[in-house]
Amino acid sequence: MPRITELQINETRHSVDVDADTSLLSVLRDHLDLTGSKYGCGEGQCGACTVLLDGLPRRSCITKVGAAASKKITTLEGLATDGHLHPVQQAFLDVGAFQCAYCTSGMIMTAAAFLKANLNPSAPEVAQFMEGNVCRCGTYSRIVAAVLQAAKAMKEVAR
Amino acid sequence: MSGKLPVPLVIEPERYEFNSSPAYHFEFDRRAFLKTLGGGLLVVCVMPSAGAQESGARRINRGEQLPTAVSSWLHIGENGAVTVFTGKVEMGQNIRTSLAQAVAEELRVAPESIHMVMGDTDLTPFDMGTFGSRTTPTMSPELRKAASAALDSLLDLAAKEWGTDRSKLSAGTGMIVDPASRRSIEYGQLLKGKEIAQTIPAEDPLVPATEWKVMGTSLPKVDGRDFVTGKHKFASDVKLPGMLYGKVLRPSSFEASLSSFDTKTAEAMKDVTVIHDGDFVGVAAPSVEMAERAVASIRAEWKSAPQPSSRDLFQFLKQNVEGSGGERNSPHVEGSVEKGLAKADQKSVQTYTVAYIAHTPLEPRAAVAEWKDGKLSVWTGTQRPFGVKGELAAAFHIPEDHVRVQVPDTGSAYGGKHTGECAIEAARLARSAGRPVKLVWTREEEFTWAYFRPAGVIELKGGVNKDGMITAWEFHNYNSGGSGIGTPYDIPNQHIEFHPTKSPLRQGSYRGLAATANHFARESHMDELASLVKIDPLEFRLKNLKDDRLKAVFQAAAEKFRWAERKNSPGHGFGIAGGIEKGGYVATCAEVSVDRSSGEVHIVRVATAFECGAVVNPDGLRNQIEGANVMGIGGALFEAIEFDNGRILNAKLSKYRVPRFSDVPTIDVVLVDRKDLPSAGAGETPLVGLAPAVGNAIFNASGVRLRSLPMAPNGLKA
Repeated sequence: MPRITELQINETRHSVDVDADTSLLSVLRDHLDLTGSKYGCGEGQCGACTVLLDGLPRRSCITKVGAAASKKITTLEGLATDGHLHPVQQAFLDVGAFQCAYCTSGMIMTAAAFLKANLNPSAPEVAQFMEGNVCRCGTYSRIVAAVLQAAKAMKEVAR
Repeated sequence: MSGKLPVPLVIEPERYEFNSSPAYHFEFDRRAFLKTLGGGLLVVCVMPSAGAQESGARRINRGEQLPTAVSSWLHIGENGAVTVFTGKVEMGQNIRTSLAQAVAEELRVAPESIHMVMGDTDLTPFDMGTFGSRTTPTMSPELRKAASAALDSLLDLAAKEWGTDRSKLSAGTGMIVDPASRRSIEYGQLLKGKEIAQTIPAEDPLVPATEWKVMGTSLPKVDGRDFVTGKHKFASDVKLPGMLYGKVLRPSSFEASLSSFDTKTAEAMKDVTVIHDGDFVGVAAPSVEMAERAVASIRAEWKSAPQPSSRDLFQFLKQNVEGSGGERNSPHVEGSVEKGLAKADQKSVQTYTVAYIAHTPLEPRAAVAEWKDGKLSVWTGTQRPFGVKGELAAAFHIPEDHVRVQVPDTGSAYGGKHTGECAIEAARLARSAGRPVKLVWTREEEFTWAYFRPAGVIELKGGVNKDGMITAWEFHNYNSGGSGIGTPYDIPNQHIEFHPTKSPLRQGSYRGLAATANHFARESHMDELASLVKIDPLEFRLKNLKDDRLKAVFQAAAEKFRWAERKNSPGHGFGIAGGIEKGGYVATCAEVSVDRSSGEVHIVRVATAFECGAVVNPDGLRNQIEGANVMGIGGALFEAIEFDNGRILNAKLSKYRVPRFSDVPTIDVVLVDRKDLPSAGAGETPLVGLAPAVGNAIFNASGVRLRSLPMAPNGLKA
């Protein structure tokens, strides 16, 4: 089994020594103590483990670390820059788009990836893109509202 | 007699672990175990009201009194930082914030200066657990009284320090002020780090809701930033130096015992510890992957007796009644149902059923256990830190003061995390491994080895006059529970009874308890009666209702929903339902669309009015009401546990459908704020109106009456 010895996470090089078929989520959480990404189902059904690989949202629980070794990995811990929250993080806070907040990491990562491609989304577009993310507390409407608010904020910055 | 029925009526205290036995009988120290527990018999106590809503294999209730010393509840540091101690736990219901608001209000400090220490059995006063919507009506006043007594003490100290009359002093934002001399001193400087030597008086006037400045406002979640940045450590995120990862060998089915096993391969693995103790087999290893490989290598044979399947569930429940008619389950009877039915112009006899459903908290059970000098520390997500502490002490035959349970804010629970199985397993592994062990249940384990919301059968008879007055009401609930079983309507002849039965699956608490099932049956049947006499469902309810608070929420929901202006169109229907539970008053209106060709049912919009006395945090409350409605969609339309012969057949998220973005309707919330009434809890009751409102709307849309929850797991069959 090939070993993976290096990962590029949140713009930092991390040394590891793991089998290439280890789940990326497990490497992030257990080996590197980056616990922002969560385990929810282990089969890519809930989205709590979502991270960005080269900017695209991926389920880290069913992604083998070998498949991420050559990519730029972004986790929730790497989203804020210089202590400034990402607009999606700020919007989740402003709207109160969580209750227990266990799904929040995956929701924010999925939304951040979505907004990279579309700064003018409609509410149904947001909901459709995020269909694979589960919030058992049922804060879905607030999450949609937060993503729309973040889109607005990002558009204003871009202007 | 009519009209005087106290609502909610509880005929018998809820029993929420009908089928549970202690999670493990460990073999070591067997004699000590027998000595301590008298053979390990499970003793289930009947406790009144809130206490009885607790679940758990062992009820640890030694009549613990709430401490009266202010210092047990709060401490003010020299820098003015306020630390508050409560055994309650945060799992998304937002009490870390609402309780901080309560203390800030009475102590007159900024909420930001408050740090809440929650659910730590070494640091916080004993607490039965966080369930039954009890935090707001009981813990909040307790902390407010403590804070008020603390302020009293601070005023005394300042008066003494300045040699003035304390009645001339006032308090605000963390300091005592003498307006006459323009002197002021901060709380921290007055106390100089000393504890507040004051006890909480029995009667202490609290700030009335009409004068609240911090309570009653939408203070954002106090530690929200930690969640959006990933800084917060859930129990499953806790990591200790030298920690190993655990994995438990699961039986092939429920109630199975180990007949033979072979762990040689696992034992030969480097750095893997294999633990075998009775029917418990598990491993501890330096990584999750190694632990998984080790357990997968174990060959085991289990034996078990045949068990019922979900196909035969409702028949099983009806045929396995145990203990009805006893003192605990005596029916509630008013007048004579027989005579009431004889007088009725129309009668209706129907049966309703509810399936087992799984809480599916997004964070599955998780625990990190560490033994040090014979003492055990466990970090775990549970609603009953003190209950789990008792379970651990019993499992390992050690004194309770050798066990510490800490509950980090938890990735939800919904009544599903009352028990300590995962904590016990982690601790058992750690004990043999000689190192701290983390155990995180897989989703499949959470679906299989936790417990379920009880399934049930409800049989209902109703009689109604053509003028719309209900003459008789007979209600029998088999197994699902007594919560919310009474009727708030003014009916002269009633017979209401809960029948406990055997349960094929392990069952326990769930958000809203049995009130969801009982409200579904009652409010569906109300609709059936209204339909028989051709009266508008809202008008029919109001006609039979004397309770002003319930009337008010019905009217508020109907107004927001524009009930009076609703217009039926093909495939679109409207429904209404409501009730009273745990001190909260709820009414929900729903609009559904039904596609008769595809059978697809979609909830278009929902309006819920909720009244729980004086509102503590309006936005937090709205969030709960919205969330309860969304959670309710699952149980109403598609969630059901399928099982066969001791196995769960759909123990995966890909096989067990939970509500997602596309299932969510437009949700309008009306808060009926009653500042003249004490605040009640709100985490559960807003859920109970959704299923019957949706069922009634489906009937309105299609003419099809659905009497089983979930109502449309595969859409509406033509």
